[in-house]
Amino acid sequence: MDTFYADVLCVGAGLAGERVAVEAASRGYKVICLSLVHAKRSHSSAAQGGMQASLGNCAKGEGDNPDVHFSDTVKGSDWGCDQEVARLFAETAPLAVREMCAWGVPWNRVVPGKSMYYKGGQEFEKFEKQENEGLITARDFGGTAKWRTCYTSDGTGHTLLFTMDYQATKYGVPVHDRVEAISLIHDGENCMGVVARNLKTGKLCAYIAKATLIATGGYGRLFRETTNAVICDGSGAIIALDTGMVPIGNPEAVQFHPTGIVPTNILVTEGCRGDGGTLLDVNEERFMHIYEPAKQELASRDVVSRWMTHHIRLGKGVKSPYGDHLWLDIRHLGAKHIKTKLRDVEEICNEFLDRDPITQLIPVRPAHHYSMGGVRTNKDGAAYGLKGLYAAGEAACWDMHGFNRLGGNSLAETVVAGRIVGNKICEFLEGCSVSLKTDVIDAEVKKQEARIAAVKASTGKENAYELRNKMQDLTYDNVGIFRNAGDLTKAVEGLQEVYERSKNIGIRSNSMGGNPELTFALKLPGQVRLALCTAYAALQRTESRGAHSREDFPERNDRDWLLRTLATWKEGDTLPTLNYERPSKVWELPPGYRGYGEDKRIECEDPEVTGKK
Amino acid sequence: MGRQLKFNIFRYNPEDSASVPHMETFRLEETEAMTLFIALNRIREEQDPSLMFDFMCRAGICGQCAMLINGRPDLACHTKTKKLPDDITVLPMPVFKLIGDLSVDTGTWFRDMNTKVESWIHSDKVLDPAAQEERMDNVLADEIYELERCIECGCCVAACGKANMIPEKFMGAAAFNRIGRFMLDPRDQRTENEYFEVVGTDDGIFGCLGLLGCEDVCPKKLPLQDQLGMLRRKLGFSAVQHIFGKVFSSKK
Repeated sequence: MDTFYADVLCVGAGLAGERVAVEAASRGYKVICLSLVHAKRSHSSAAQGGMQASLGNCAKGEGDNPDVHFSDTVKGSDWGCDQEVARLFAETAPLAVREMCAWGVPWNRVVPGKSMYYKGGQEFEKFEKQENEGLITARDFGGTAKWRTCYTSDGTGHTLLFTMDYQATKYGVPVHDRVEAISLIHDGENCMGVVARNLKTGKLCAYIAKATLIATGGYGRLFRETTNAVICDGSGAIIALDTGMVPIGNPEAVQFHPTGIVPTNILVTEGCRGDGGTLLDVNEERFMHIYEPAKQELASRDVVSRWMTHHIRLGKGVKSPYGDHLWLDIRHLGAKHIKTKLRDVEEICNEFLDRDPITQLIPVRPAHHYSMGGVRTNKDGAAYGLKGLYAAGEAACWDMHGFNRLGGNSLAETVVAGRIVGNKICEFLEGCSVSLKTDVIDAEVKKQEARIAAVKASTGKENAYELRNKMQDLTYDNVGIFRNAGDLTKAVEGLQEVYERSKNIGIRSNSMGGNPELTFALKLPGQVRLALCTAYAALQRTESRGAHSREDFPERNDRDWLLRTLATWKEGDTLPTLNYERPSKVWELPPGYRGYGEDKRIECEDPEVTGKK
Repeated sequence: MGRQLKFNIFRYNPEDSASVPHMETFRLEETEAMTLFIALNRIREEQDPSLMFDFMCRAGICGQCAMLINGRPDLACHTKTKKLPDDITVLPMPVFKLIGDLSVDTGTWFRDMNTKVESWIHSDKVLDPAAQEERMDNVLADEIYELERCIECGCCVAACGKANMIPEKFMGAAAFNRIGRFMLDPRDQRTENEYFEVVGTDDGIFGCLGLLGCEDVCPKKLPLQDQLGMLRRKLGFSAVQHIFGKVFSSKK
């Protein structure tokens, strides 16, 4: 068996993983990245609209600063975030955007003079200052007080990821692609690396490292209708959960993006609405201004997704063979704008919908999009429960997003957290001496060998793909935009049944090498456990906060539920164990009204939170 | 009822010593808005779970799923069956190392290419991220972005006559495009001579046969022909200087 040694092992080579890798490699540490795909194909590349950083260079961003960004982020999170982390993030974002600039990102720049922009279908005029010519500009995004989202057309994730991978190449960071981590090696106190499976050959290998980072992105593929790529399968969260010690923070905090296209759920960027696009109903009339007079189409994603669903339930959706949908209208932005600032949107509409967004409406509907929850870490990115284990990016619950992430804050999080956590990992390495416990490593390898042998030898009749479909139906239909005790109970019970059945998966193919069916069969039971964490935590949370919206508990309950869920899974159990902690140690911004969405709250009485004695 | 589609798919598993390369036929009824992403996944899940292929974003953004579709390299995820005849032949891309069936190793190839052309900003400036960023004209930013849109899918390499002749060596259009991208960028301090050292060889721009299959198949419609022309013009001059430089130094 091949065994590899590194100071830092990054599981995942998207933006967060590679940013950590670059930080450690540039300081001379030995780093290895594992990736399911060529690093430049990681799902970070699919982020379109941009990253938030309060540079304040453009006319509509004037007066912006980290304080405003912090406040928007906390309100966006519906006070579910860690305010220390949100503050650290907002202060670091401008540095990260400039660093990426120096490394080569072709950010769009301020063009001085008069120009027109659209809001709510109306045309307005703005003047860009001569003195700001050529500085990094920004566009408008939902839930923000200023234009703050820095961008390169609508391929921002792509340019950031390519630029980051250029740096990884420069430092010679090896990316072992098509290698999947299938378990963490630990002795109950320290994490020592992972057991991984080579997806080209099917062979197991061990990666031994002083520090192990989980940066595997989100778990959208637990849901039937998602904008996420096929590799966003929760594999990083699953190996953390399987330790029985490392908790998943807020697994129930799941974001639905307002504009997935129908039927394929491919995302079209929030930049469409940020640049002045509108949402229309079956009568081709706007409706968001009725529900949200102030922010209209640019309220936060949870709020817009809810109103869209509400409007469809009123019968105002457009009928289609794929269910009811609404329209996104960007026609008035004009061909020039669409062909320069929304290029991928144009391409996606033409290629996947046979529609020209310059002259035609785009069919959209909210689709699962983002996992605010993930491997719970402290503000340094160190995971709870095991020393030497870290997490960053969407895979982590760091936790700057709380119960709703603002558009443009996820790309920003990857490079900001990567920078901060990378630095903290280097500090950890400085004082680190590890004794190699070969017995622990051998035992974990044997355990995984046995697991694989059992699946191969199983005579069970269950089909992994059919069970996946059942799981995805249960989550999407019952743990969705609007939730209630009845649906959530159905999801929990249904998933428990799927979990039992997943123990009897039999595979039909015994092909050598990667064997895609075996790869999937190995993953599915962990996915069901993670889905159960999401459904069960959602059932227990008897309030509405951000993207978690309970029809039977419509208030945000700051008195009883100003809490973060911590879900662990003990071996042999059929449900996760849930614990809770205060989401934040500091309360720079005490709980209040977000400024959009419905204002239904039960106030917090804890003086430490409110500051009122 | 939809059309009956016949898929002729290349099969070979290099990890299995008993496996021999062959074509295998699968049949599927066409459904509305069917893409090769949907079709190939259905074949694997319903008919043959051992079938190997690659998808990632399924939105034409990541470049993971390039393959030969009725003889032409393209992204399978954005290929709609309704634009194809009833008989669909799918092969793995040539040039790249085969992993199995339709799956090829583009990752290793592109990492090597990136290393060879030193695909990163070369700068001796010390960055102070707290200071204001260096200015750039927005028109130039757009021009760099235009070339930065390459997704490293490998279609241009698979369609390249020269890369098919010397697959281990020829750099291909993606590398020339990348060099073009850095030459445009004032943040990269490399001189023309340094770029010449990288691509001014027979495995680089002077090895191109000018067939331009690359530009025909690029799913992102990158101006690959223009990049080649620009590089040959600019670096041709460097080449002449190089030769004279050698003559001059040998006289000394």
